[in-house]
Amino acid sequence: MAGMTIVQKILARATGRPSVEVGEVVEPTVDLAMSHENAALVINQFLDVFKGTGLEPKVWDPSRIAIIFDHRVPAESSKTATNQKKVREFVGQHGIQRFHDIRGDEGGICHQVLVEYGYSRPGMVIVGTDSHTTTHGAMGALAFGIGATEMAGVWSLGSVFNVEVPATIKVVVNGTLPAGVLAKDLVLFIVGKLTAEGANFKVIEFHGDTIRRMPVSGRLVLCNMSVEAGATSGIVPCDEETLRYLRDEAGVRDPIDAVAPDADAAYDRVLEIDASSLAPQVACPHTVDNVKPVGDVAGTVVHQVVIGSCTNGRLDDLEVAASIVKGRKLARGVRMIVFPASWRIYQAALKRGVLTDLVEAGAVIMNPGCGCCLGIHQGALGDGEVALSTTNRNFKGRMGNPKSEVYLCSPAVAAASALTGVITDPRS
Amino acid sequence: MPQVVLKVGDDISTDQIYPGRFMATVLPSETPQFAFADFEFNERLKSGQVPHGSIIVANNNFGCGSSREQAASCLKGYELTIIAKGFARIFLQNSCNLGLRTIICPTLEASEGDEVEVGATEVVNKTTGKSSPITPLPKARQAIIDAGGLIAYTRQRVLQKHGRA
Ligand code: SF4
Repeated sequence: MAGMTIVQKILARATGRPSVEVGEVVEPTVDLAMSHENAALVINQFLDVFKGTGLEPKVWDPSRIAIIFDHRVPAESSKTATNQKKVREFVGQHGIQRFHDIRGDEGGICHQVLVEYGYSRPGMVIVGTDSHTTTHGAMGALAFGIGATEMAGVWSLGSVFNVEVPATIKVVVNGTLPAGVLAKDLVLFIVGKLTAEGANFKVIEFHGDTIRRMPVSGRLVLCNMSVEAGATSGIVPCDEETLRYLRDEAGVRDPIDAVAPDADAAYDRVLEIDASSLAPQVACPHTVDNVKPVGDVAGTVVHQVVIGSCTNGRLDDLEVAASIVKGRKLARGVRMIVFPASWRIYQAALKRGVLTDLVEAGAVIMNPGCGCCLGIHQGALGDGEVALSTTNRNFKGRMGNPKSEVYLCSPAVAAASALTGVITDPRS
Repeated sequence: MPQVVLKVGDDISTDQIYPGRFMATVLPSETPQFAFADFEFNERLKSGQVPHGSIIVANNNFGCGSSREQAASCLKGYELTIIAKGFARIFLQNSCNLGLRTIICPTLEASEGDEVEVGATEVVNKTTGKSSPITPLPKARQAIIDAGGLIAYTRQRVLQKHGRA
């Protein structure tokens, strides 16, 4: 019998069994259940579950629930503000401690906050009412997005009801990424290769020496965008770098379950990539898998450059951008909008002078949060305008206007292009 | 006989089905007004021209992208049936949970206006006379549909846990 993939191991543990087979349906217990503003809908559904039962609505374990406001912060409408108020009240009533409100000392995008605070850990089953919950696979967890009603089930009983044990695609990346080529370029390349549904119902496990040398910040980018190939989760098995991050940066003191796949695990497919041969990549409108080397689209006029989001709003991303624009000026006709992924990052970037470099070049720094990533508020596009963004989706209408276009790229491509006003190879 | 009222291609994202700018609207009673908000189809839905039970035919990966449940609840509001060659995982899960009828039928060929009958094991296009097999949903998902959706299913389970059922 073949060994188990990391997903099989995590699901075996979470169902109290020695092993699980790919394709069987299991009901794993949940270690961490995350929601953002859509907790308002989860609350509705959760209360509905208890209606007519004569039972007091009570969450299964408040210590395993995390709620972070990020999608519309500060509230863009009275409707959102009222929803946020309702969530705040619920959090208080149910004793949910891992609640991150709109605050400069502890707020940020849910996927960044969960990692920074050491909530996401190896071996865990993490579910979130957000498709980019895949991000937490970077910490060696099985982490996937679910809907709000499904989350109401989790809050009620502490498990996800029907999880098909996913098959796993093994992506092996070896070699050194060339200067100017970042984790984002690698994952765009992978999504282009796998296509938007190539990993639907499957998990992507990342291996190879490029990944081993990659800091957690880069691994988060890979796992974040795994969902753009349809993956249930992207996972980087826990290694020394994961432990370093958890101990030194996230301040985790408890024992860590460094679960790893078996050497003889069976994979659905293996994709091998030579990192040293990669160029910067750009995903063109209107699908994330419409990926081309930057050279193919160089010269395309852009109106808005966005740096930020749960994909590329971390300190190293802001530093890359700042190092490119420092001492120079953005091209006329280009707006550059920067959304740090959390207030911790904002503070660090402030102290290091990174924000100053960006602002002096002409960038506008917004408060941490999802910002214009999903087109609700802050930085909407005009008809016929083109955005070049380090976010993760370019679907028609994603940035709030179906008559605009969004290209996706790394922070290096974004910053270099902000100086010229056209899509530009940062290596040139 | 239900008609195909909309035909779409591959990779229809939840941003197209339910644009992010309406995400502050969450109640299933309110989301249908924004179904396919950026498309002309929205007008047809809102003006009541689309009878309940009508069919959307899609290619692969319908519902990709965000996990927003509004993308399922807004279509459920019109009691549409979605027949696709394939669905994105979270959308399919949300649909089963909310009782939106989703049929996986990898070989169906149909055009807007065709009359289509959905049986237990196959979809018959009455206009062309061709039938195409349905790929059944996994059993666990069927159990949730049979219970009347995930809320009802969870309610049963909660009652069981408390020895009330
Ligand atoms: S930054 Fe964008 S992709 Fe990330 S959680 Fe927010 S809306 Fe979603």
